[in-house]
Amino acid sequence: MSLSASTAPVSSISTNEGVETSNVAGIDVGGTFTDLVLYDARSKTVRLAKTPTTLDNQAHGVLNALEQAETDLGTLDLIVHGTTTTTNAVLERTLCKTGLITTAGFRDVLELGRRTRPKPYGMKGSFRPVIPRDLRLEVPERLYADGAVHTALDEEALRSALHQLKDMGCEALVIHFLHSYANPVHELRAGEIAAEIWPNGNITLGHSLLSESREFERGVTAAINASVQPLLRRYVERLADQLAGKGYRHDVLVMNGNGGMVSARRVAIEAAKTVMSGPASGVMAAAYTGRRAGIPNLLTYDMGGTSTDVALIRNAEPAVSNEIEIEYAMPIHVPMVDVRTVGAGGGSIARMTEAGLLQVGPESAGSTPGPICYGRGGKEPTISDANLLLGRMNPEKLNSVSSTVSLADIEAIFLDKLGRALGLTAHEAAAAVLRIANTRMADAVRMVSVSLGEDPRDYALFAFGGAGPLHATAIARELGVPRVLVPSRPGITNALGCVVADLRHDFVRTVNKPLAELDIDMVHALFDEQATEGKGLISKEKVEIEELREIYSVDMQFIGQTHLLRVPLDNPRPTLEDLQSLFEKAYFHRFHVELPEIKASLVNVNCSVIGRRSEIDLSLLIDPDGRKETLEEAKTGQRQVWFDGPMETPVYWRDHLPISAEIHGPAIVEQMDTTIVIDPGDKAVQDADGNIIIELGASA
Amino acid sequence: MTIDPITLSVIQSGLQQVCDEMDLSFSRAAFSPVIAEANDRSDGIYSAEDGSLIAQGAGGLPVFVGTMQYSTRTLIEMIADGRVAAPQPGDIYIVNDPYLGGTHLMDVRFAMPFYRNGEIFCWLSNTGHWPDTGGAVPGGFSASATSVEQEGLRLPPVRLFKQGQLDTEIYSIICSNIRVSEQRIGDVKAQAAALLVGEARLNRILDRYGDDVVSEAIAELRERAAEQMRANVRLIPDGIYRSTAYVDSDGVVNEPLEIRLAITAKDGELTFDFEGSSKPCMGPMNSVLATTHSSVYLAMRHIFPDVPISAGAFEPLTIVRPEGTFLDAQYPRPVSGCAAEVSQRIAEAVFAALVEALPDRVTAAPAGSSGNFALGGHDPARNRGFVMYQISGGGYGGNSDTDGLTNGCSTIGISKAPPVEIMEQQFPVLYHRYALREGSGGAGKQRGGFGLDYEIELLRGQATASFVMDHGRFGPQGALGGKDGKPNLVTVWQDGKAMVPEHLSKAQDIPLKPGDRVRVGTPGGGGYGNPADRDPALVAEDVRLGRYSAEEARESFGFTGSGTTQEHEVDKAPVLAQAGS
Repeated sequence: MSLSASTAPVSSISTNEGVETSNVAGIDVGGTFTDLVLYDARSKTVRLAKTPTTLDNQAHGVLNALEQAETDLGTLDLIVHGTTTTTNAVLERTLCKTGLITTAGFRDVLELGRRTRPKPYGMKGSFRPVIPRDLRLEVPERLYADGAVHTALDEEALRSALHQLKDMGCEALVIHFLHSYANPVHELRAGEIAAEIWPNGNITLGHSLLSESREFERGVTAAINASVQPLLRRYVERLADQLAGKGYRHDVLVMNGNGGMVSARRVAIEAAKTVMSGPASGVMAAAYTGRRAGIPNLLTYDMGGTSTDVALIRNAEPAVSNEIEIEYAMPIHVPMVDVRTVGAGGGSIARMTEAGLLQVGPESAGSTPGPICYGRGGKEPTISDANLLLGRMNPEKLNSVSSTVSLADIEAIFLDKLGRALGLTAHEAAAAVLRIANTRMADAVRMVSVSLGEDPRDYALFAFGGAGPLHATAIARELGVPRVLVPSRPGITNALGCVVADLRHDFVRTVNKPLAELDIDMVHALFDEQATEGKGLISKEKVEIEELREIYSVDMQFIGQTHLLRVPLDNPRPTLEDLQSLFEKAYFHRFHVELPEIKASLVNVNCSVIGRRSEIDLSLLIDPDGRKETLEEAKTGQRQVWFDGPMETPVYWRDHLPISAEIHGPAIVEQMDTTIVIDPGDKAVQDADGNIIIELGASA
Repeated sequence: MTIDPITLSVIQSGLQQVCDEMDLSFSRAAFSPVIAEANDRSDGIYSAEDGSLIAQGAGGLPVFVGTMQYSTRTLIEMIADGRVAAPQPGDIYIVNDPYLGGTHLMDVRFAMPFYRNGEIFCWLSNTGHWPDTGGAVPGGFSASATSVEQEGLRLPPVRLFKQGQLDTEIYSIICSNIRVSEQRIGDVKAQAAALLVGEARLNRILDRYGDDVVSEAIAELRERAAEQMRANVRLIPDGIYRSTAYVDSDGVVNEPLEIRLAITAKDGELTFDFEGSSKPCMGPMNSVLATTHSSVYLAMRHIFPDVPISAGAFEPLTIVRPEGTFLDAQYPRPVSGCAAEVSQRIAEAVFAALVEALPDRVTAAPAGSSGNFALGGHDPARNRGFVMYQISGGGYGGNSDTDGLTNGCSTIGISKAPPVEIMEQQFPVLYHRYALREGSGGAGKQRGGFGLDYEIELLRGQATASFVMDHGRFGPQGALGGKDGKPNLVTVWQDGKAMVPEHLSKAQDIPLKPGDRVRVGTPGGGGYGNPADRDPALVAEDVRLGRYSAEEARESFGFTGSGTTQEHEVDKAPVLAQAGS
């Protein structure tokens, strides 16, 4: 049995007045490339661009991409932008100087964490708090856990602390008091006073992003928000100015980690929500593509050169988590699409262990020196090199990348470092590398799926990223997943996510009551309040909306338990009996355990309000005029590709495939941004949107 | 060898996956925060012949490395000689007897025979820390127990599930002897369900590769793990390495307990000899043999984290049975402190012995205490009893790469401490501070991490406080010229008068009234290398951030700057003289 995510379309579809958004640019800034999808519904055309990311100022790359696509900014209705500004700032700790004012006795909470270590085994490792100790000041104030005042806020001490932080050169400020989720009175008062003294608007109150208990997680979330806020503000302002200077007349929307988007004018207020927005928009594109293709249950598999991300989509809704930790002891507890980085990518290094076993990863050649085939001095065999050696990737590409490395060089290294020890030829060793890499990655995908309570066999694999489609059939086979979906533009999925993204606002309220003591009318009132607030926010955006809907859910647990289970609701008027029985069903589905002996309790009331924009015609992503009439015409040649051994294999050009092409493996489909491997016995069909759907055969 | 190395790797990762899925399933479905949040549990696969470890979940609590192979072995032996009923398919045994290959009573083990074609192919087993198993004090950590009967209900191996059905008669006996029993059914079902998840996954692997191939792979993997451990151990030059570590007291007799360790390295093998260690003790700081072994294994895994956990990896490690010492406790010696505290002292002894031979891999001593503080009483506002557990971290040892981590988890654990806000929601207490314990990190070229400094006030009702901590008498050891970290310090204010418990880190049932307070400073990590060699800019940074006072920096590092300017004067002579003494 599978519980479907619930959606409740409202009866009256509200369209924001006077706004038409049919000419839309989606721009995603990734670590290496800035990608653009320009979609014009009027002329039914799509233009694409890929330019190098300009790390010092991402706006340059954005403008370059617009230029490359010959965009007429004057007629563009909407720009939706995914940026790594905040993600990079957090991961590289290039944060703004930020001060913290907190409850007396608790300034070290951000440094102490929850008493952990980076890895279960190994007593080494270090941790750097978001805000250093000298910029963390204390003021007398204290609330009890129920929100009652224990010690009043010392306003004089507060003013003095504010001046001190200002004088120390802090650009942003966090006010984080214990139990502010229960009663924000002191934080609000402190915020008022701070507004008089602080020179700019960069003030984050602890309870404002996350009104939940747990002082470390709430404090880090607020501290990250504050310390990326000025960066993001400056970036989006500069970008908006530059775009306006070139004739763009509308609002820029920025992607959030929850897969929704928000106006550039307001995005900096909750800047922390933009962290990890790139991977989130890729998953949104996958959900959109899958829904249109009639395959709404997907495991997304995004494999690039340096990392691999996995996410789960149930009934076209990506799984969302409020408890993402972006690196060791760096929690950002706001709702985000639950994207898990499960390991390295094409650069993972294969080596022999002391036990004489072949191991792939966790070491990676990264992007420098990178795999041998990059020609940047890499000398260790990697997954990418194995793909090349086995003909899965086009060996001719090697010449375009580098003239310093030949296939013979790669073969020699595989033989030398792996083959001899294993008693295998270089090609057999490369095949072994792929087999082990695929097993490991399949295990990682399975763990993600199982941890979300789902059997991977009930899902299809959505493969994207430069290397995803190379490995997808092998991993799907390993997982028992019957189908693989390769979208038409796997290399620009994140930018497509910007084009198809919804307007979205998520709300969480903590109730924490046993069902027996729960006032169900209060729950109904909370849902109404959340929905009203969300609709209000969406109506403020100058974006055309086709459909407005709300997703309701509750987080529940059995009394005495600490883990929460999300229970989707199909309407905002559940009865107590509904909650009990839906929870029991969800619990059994997830854990295969029934516990009639124990009472349930309701912890959070959640509502997401989603404004869906008009439908995008995905078939335009590959120019319909470029398609050939027959499969034969789309064939560019054939080469030896290693499956269980070498096989003569036809090679096709993706953009030339006839719209309902049917391909029987073995086959290779190449396109600008990726290579798709179809194993012997598999059957691939291209659907009307241009997705290739591979049904796995029994063999290989 | 007939099995190809690629299939071998694939089967290895498959077996690991079975265990990881059991771990995940157990934690996700468990009730007790100890298991669900703190991951105080472990799952593994054990051989049908002698219970030796085939594979174990990577996310299991470190102290359980190795213990379940002893309990499974004992169970197999007891079945063979008729002391325990023989299994049927679908049976699951429950056992928590420490002397039958266990730890303390709270670690409850389930073991399930895994059948293929009517024969036992292997055993699946897991351990979960139950919040209570009866006994003198809630939670089981009685600092003054003098026999195991005072520590709780002791279960021999019995079949709690018979052919898939819970035996409600046995279960009702258990429930009648433990506290908060109504919630235990959630843990029992989660613990059993995890084994069933493992069974299903393992069946799929056997169906795919064939029973014979998998059996062969298991044997081959064992040999290779042994080879891998030997290759690592060869990094240690042949010779004898000695160390001593101290447990503050046993909680009853106020004298330190001594762990003496001599490690002999020879030809890629290590022999661990605890001869000369203290005799069995009156109080609960005895260790059972399985826990002593496991402590050595977990220390070695901290040093060589890349070697997969399996019986093969333990083969090159010989532990001489420490008969007649407190590290080989026999019935009815009390043992509640063995898993939480003694195990960490054993690990510390292993680190201290090997740090000179492996200076790049081993750290100076970490805080090495679980910091158990239990506050039990009655809350008049809610008109109910309560038991609050505060666990805490401490500083890690400095090492070749970095200063030690601040407020790290216990050496044997991976669990998070509960947030202050949650504690105050649930219990009638108020925290006056939860802070970095300034000055606690041991001085060194790379200094130790800092401990934690917290202070709790009882708000209403009445309560009693109990402590099972350690390192109150001596701080965690520095290494290679580094200084010790500051010792643990417990202070209790009753009616405004401060007192330090007689046993420093251990005490039971100290009465508290509203307004009374408890303050705990946890140990800092040991320093690594001569403090005089520390970069003065780093000392200045620590002073500027208030981690050390200027006074402490001068005494420990010979630092004479203020921490506020860029110029740092260092007078190395006195520190060098100290280091040489």
